[in-house]
Amino acid sequence: MELRANVPDGPIEQKWDRHRVELKLVNPANKRKYDVIVVGSGLAGASAAATLGELGYNVRCFCFQDSARRAHSIAAQGGINAAKNYQNDGDSVFRLFYDTIKGGDFRSREANVYRLAQISVNIIDQCVAQGVPFAREYGGLLANRSFGGAQVSRTFYARGQTGQQLLLGAYQALSRQIAAGKVAMYPRTEMLDVIAIDGRARGIVVRDLVTGKVSSHVAHAVVLASGGYANVYYLSTNAKGCNVTATWRAYKRGAAFANPCFTQIHPTCIPHSGDYQSKLTLMSESLRNDGRIWVPQRAGDTRPPGEIPDAERDYYLERIYPSFGNLAPRDISSRRAKELVDAGHGVGPLKNGVYLDFRDPIARLGRGEIAERYGNLFEMYERITGENPYEVPMRIYPAPHYVMGGLWVDYNLMTTVSGLFVIGEANFSDHGANRLGASALMQGLADGYFVLPYTIGDYLAGQRFDQVDDRHAACRDTEREVGQRVNRLLSAKGSRTVDGVHRELGALLREKCGMARNAAGLQEALRTIPELRERFWREVRVTGSGAEFNQELEKAGRVADFLEFGELMCQDALQREESCGGHFREEYQTPDGEALRDDERFAYVAAWEYAGAGNPARLNREPLTFESVHLTQRSYQ
Amino acid sequence: MNLVLHVWRQAGPKLPGRFERYEARNVNEHMSFLEMLDVVNQGLLQAGHDPIAFEHDCREGICGSCGFVINGSPHGPLGDTTVCQLHLRHFQNGDELWIEPWRAKAFPVVKDLVVDRNAFDRIIQAGGYISVRTGSAPDANAIPVRKENAERAMDAAACIGCGACVAACPNGSAMLFTAAKVAHLALLPQGQPERLQRVLGMVEQMDQDGFGNCTNHGACEAACPKGISIDFIAQLNRDWVRAALSYAPHEAAEGAI
Repeated sequence: MELRANVPDGPIEQKWDRHRVELKLVNPANKRKYDVIVVGSGLAGASAAATLGELGYNVRCFCFQDSARRAHSIAAQGGINAAKNYQNDGDSVFRLFYDTIKGGDFRSREANVYRLAQISVNIIDQCVAQGVPFAREYGGLLANRSFGGAQVSRTFYARGQTGQQLLLGAYQALSRQIAAGKVAMYPRTEMLDVIAIDGRARGIVVRDLVTGKVSSHVAHAVVLASGGYANVYYLSTNAKGCNVTATWRAYKRGAAFANPCFTQIHPTCIPHSGDYQSKLTLMSESLRNDGRIWVPQRAGDTRPPGEIPDAERDYYLERIYPSFGNLAPRDISSRRAKELVDAGHGVGPLKNGVYLDFRDPIARLGRGEIAERYGNLFEMYERITGENPYEVPMRIYPAPHYVMGGLWVDYNLMTTVSGLFVIGEANFSDHGANRLGASALMQGLADGYFVLPYTIGDYLAGQRFDQVDDRHAACRDTEREVGQRVNRLLSAKGSRTVDGVHRELGALLREKCGMARNAAGLQEALRTIPELRERFWREVRVTGSGAEFNQELEKAGRVADFLEFGELMCQDALQREESCGGHFREEYQTPDGEALRDDERFAYVAAWEYAGAGNPARLNREPLTFESVHLTQRSYQ
Repeated sequence: MNLVLHVWRQAGPKLPGRFERYEARNVNEHMSFLEMLDVVNQGLLQAGHDPIAFEHDCREGICGSCGFVINGSPHGPLGDTTVCQLHLRHFQNGDELWIEPWRAKAFPVVKDLVVDRNAFDRIIQAGGYISVRTGSAPDANAIPVRKENAERAMDAAACIGCGACVAACPNGSAMLFTAAKVAHLALLPQGQPERLQRVLGMVEQMDQDGFGNCTNHGACEAACPKGISIDFIAQLNRDWVRAALSYAPHEAAEGAI
């Protein structure tokens, strides 16, 4: 497999502008002759579908939820970065680019990250024009706050509901195109395969989740915006429906899967409280702007937090990272919390958390000011735990939250399958080995509003297409395969529930391929996962039929894919014999426990190629070269 | 703790439904209501029965997927809370609970507790947006917005589209949902050019989809998990009257709106 990144020539700050001039255009009158499929309606999918509709393409957009507005982007709390420099604190496109590439531990593609930083400013303009009610100052201009991994204040926000408001902006733009007849929306419809004809993606096979009908949709290009796979861990902050199915099916049709082991464990989530736990809840990282993180100095200290004097508290992030303090990046903050909990300093009934304390900021700023900044987050915390964070410190612990890995794409966001594009969290491109806070929303909207709409035109203008409809043999064959899989899930009639197997897979991966990994553990996981997968197919019990609304069947299909994907994740983690960002191999660390990168051997993107059932995936490498930044060890001290 | 559940079971939209009795045994007060239903469902699956279908996704109270009626209250007894964020510590051991889907003409049942809320999407499609093409926006700080207006717009925009307001309303009206979007956009300068046709279009669509009229019961506000204020309905009514009296599609408006 050849990996051509197609990065344009020229100085980094001119690459995107030059490229846009060089991209082929589709004549406005011809755009309506092209059909484009968009899978997913989150920030990336909705913004892409709306923008492609505005441009004149015929768009069909699919989501498994009951409405496009439910996509998991809606749950993003904290904010969205943009290099506006409205605070006059020294921000610039280059600084945002540099922070992002350094935050990603130099494992992302430089040109893509620069473009992202450039486009960030247009996103804010676009969203404000749509009516997104960002926070404002008394003069009526936009307010900002700071976020982890940055020393400037560049994050725009709408209370603790930034993702919701940005998504509703994109959803409303999408709704306008639906009303105009340029986008056809298919809610409660799950993509289960890609249709490849003559080496190009020409459509998808979907299952109607209400009637169970399996059918084909044919188009000239397919865009996947299906989000990330953090639910492979079972317990994560992702919505219950988030899954790897769309990208995994595409992988099995020839799209390379890049850096699957790069997962982000977010430091500020509510610790789990029992075996029944169905998901974990994030508390926005913005809380770290004012809250102070600590554990008791003495391991096993069971005194209530209020009775532990300051001298016996370890404000460990402030101690280890004096210049970034509680705003140290996510991967580092998570790892330090894990070490202290493992060493017996954990707090709470299960000893599985650290404190995030607002005592001092409340004393300094007053309860009213803290309520204005974080009121809704405090309420959410109290609703879940029954504890009042104005009175007692919050308890937090890291949880799987986001994935940097995803389908490999070139500079044009096209995979190794012609005509198959991937945007948002589903691709791998911009965050390297660790994503900084408030960057996911930025990337989803950059891809959807401002990158894909240009690059897809270049692809379409350069192709000749035969007339194809859903009676084509490739459609029939793919539909048949999808139908067989559904029937196989229903016919096992075993004794184990889908959730039971998923929990087992998740626990294994959290232990062996979570915040810290080592070769022995990964090898063990690689032995265990195939056994678990085999047991799943033999023992799973899915009730009901395929011809009805059947939530158990939906879950079963997604878990079947996680059981294959989990293996690739461990394989990737095993081959990467270095530590970088969220990928921490215990064998490779500095004397003070920081990630030890190996740029000589591992400054590449690991792009895995499907080699057929039963064969190990093939590793392809895209070397990463850096012309505009100097590779350094990340230091936040 | 132990709970007795009477859950509405209905195999499909046109089929008859009925309450079935289940027992949730040894459940934990820290569980969310949906986690309790997960436990009941695992038991049903182990016994080879169809699990209870209910809608859910983020389980953080923001996606708006979840929602059903518990003992007559949409999203259950606790104020300002979606059912996914409702924990069992708010119930007593031995409580008997009747659980049923949103009941409204415009929300047909899909299965058990799952209803079809596409009518809400159609209301937004009828004008719940600002027409701005990607790429055509001015600089974000070119148009200052009074902080109070931005905050008020955000209060309205916090709606999650769950449908509890419709389920609570004796008329099955979608006025609170519609008013929240109308007010959000009407409070911002960006929303002014389309303000009048927006309110007319959205209200018309609401009527077409079979939602009832608003008769100021206020049940919607009480049931809303996001605390959306009924004041927005008053604002919608003012805008609608003004639009109905003055909006002429092909004439320039007089002065600034």
